[in-house]
Amino acid sequence: MSDITSLTLTDLVKNIKDKKISSEETTKAFINRGEKSRELNAYITEDFTNALEKAKIFDQKPNFDLKLPGVPMAVKDLFCTNGVKTTAGSKILNNFIPPYESTVTQNIWNEGAILLGKLNCDEFAMGSSNETSFFGNVQSPIDKDLVPGGSSGGSASALAANLTPITIGTDTGGSIRQPASFTGTVGLKPTYGSCSRYGIVAFASSLDQAGPMSKNVKDCALLQEIISTYDEKDSTSIDFKRNAYSKELTNNIKGKKIGIPKEYTVDGMPKEIEDLWTKGIEYAKDCGAEIVEISLPHTNYALPAYYIVAPAEASSNLARYDGVKYGFRSKGENLIDMYEKTRSEGFGEEVQRRIMIGTYVLSSGYYDAYYIKAQKVRKLIKNDFDEAYKKVDAILTPSTPSAAFKIGEKTNDPVSMYLNDIFTVPVNLAGLPAISIPAGVDAKGYPLGLQIIGKAFDEQNILNIAYAMEEKIEFKNKITDWWIK
Amino acid sequence: MTIDLKTIKHISKLSRISVDDEKAKKLAGDMNSIFDFIEKLKELDTDNVEPLTSVAETTLKLRVDEVKSGNIREQVLKNSPDENEDFFVVPRVVE
Repeated sequence: MSDITSLTLTDLVKNIKDKKISSEETTKAFINRGEKSRELNAYITEDFTNALEKAKIFDQKPNFDLKLPGVPMAVKDLFCTNGVKTTAGSKILNNFIPPYESTVTQNIWNEGAILLGKLNCDEFAMGSSNETSFFGNVQSPIDKDLVPGGSSGGSASALAANLTPITIGTDTGGSIRQPASFTGTVGLKPTYGSCSRYGIVAFASSLDQAGPMSKNVKDCALLQEIISTYDEKDSTSIDFKRNAYSKELTNNIKGKKIGIPKEYTVDGMPKEIEDLWTKGIEYAKDCGAEIVEISLPHTNYALPAYYIVAPAEASSNLARYDGVKYGFRSKGENLIDMYEKTRSEGFGEEVQRRIMIGTYVLSSGYYDAYYIKAQKVRKLIKNDFDEAYKKVDAILTPSTPSAAFKIGEKTNDPVSMYLNDIFTVPVNLAGLPAISIPAGVDAKGYPLGLQIIGKAFDEQNILNIAYAMEEKIEFKNKITDWWIK
Repeated sequence: MTIDLKTIKHISKLSRISVDDEKAKKLAGDMNSIFDFIEKLKELDTDNVEPLTSVAETTLKLRVDEVKSGNIREQVLKNSPDENEDFFVVPRVVE
């Protein structure tokens, strides 16, 4: 058998069920590779000793009816894990040990998975390159000094580097799909309300969604099937009929209508991205899909609207970090001084900037001009998609306007960093599901992804399209293990 | 539009984040370039558009108002930054 850590989840589960490998052997293999890969800085917290203990216990009385029998995995450090430090990549939560478990992670453990540790991410998921984390930037396994994308950068890096067979991230404006695209992996942002937000450190509550990241579409479907449940602890969790996504997965997409929105292009977009998109259209045709030209006229307004809505919600959500009940506290002369110093020293630069933007657009005199205006534009963007879905079943676009960039390249220019999310943000504003699949490489050999956007609650359809296209694309991720001495 | 230092100081007060002059200057520069970008929204006529507050088109579910978890004081206080077994401790607020 090939190296355990390079197996897909599906193959790993099969091997464990066939008793060819034990949970302990599997867990040891991922721990060993994790220990050799610290240069990537993918982990914030390793929980290796406990993981090995849990694997041994699993092997003593294995339950092979579970979907993830004794499978070790690491998760983004935005999910609260009972008894294991959860930082959200921030100094302000550096000492926070949750006394409860997020619903999404609980669903995973209920199926037999074992926590390996908590993965690095941009602070409070605010970033597109994993450079805003208090715990330092993450290296991409694709190349030295390359960003893995963000905010789920530790998740993408760990997955592509075979430190975990599968992982979960969160996506507020592209934080699953963009890092998946940058690292040659698969990432799904589910429909808003599909996965519970309970126990996930909040960024922008009307946009945040948890979702699976994997090495192929089948693994992605399996994990989505596990994490997507109705949860009364999240008031925006939606009670709809969820498919058995992995069982119902099919590559038969004949006659499916796939829309190509002419607005998904930006000035200075590399020709490689155009070419990738054209190639993607050909692949979709080869699979029997019908291509339809569509228009999403308000696409260019999505990013400015997002940079009002997301910071506004963030400024409100992050008001709870005041140094009183948990987290970091700075000394102050009085209560107000303690608040101000705690937040000034506890939050990083990008988070402070976004809190300030959010506070400003919600402040008296500016609320209508900015916040209400942005919500109206959000409506127009949703209307665009509603209109398009009268004619098509799904929409195909590039995932990002460029391939991964070097660490430090965009840190001094917030707007150029924000532009990374131009193709992913409209999806969050409209609450739709979308998947990014690896589809090619640029001249330097860096991965590029294609995004398939679906109708609300139509995850099965975009998974099927992705599954069919994946077969035609035959993408192979080139990981050289450059960081292993 | 320009956001001046005075405005930055005002927002920093509202945000409860202390900001010194150097930081305020950098923030003003960053925020001005971000708001230049945001200004694009003004091109759009949205007079007759309803603001979208939630994409989840469901009404909130009602439930019985009952205590589901109790006796968890220890857990609630466990992460308190200033140790005290019964309360959260903050700097003196009443002289």
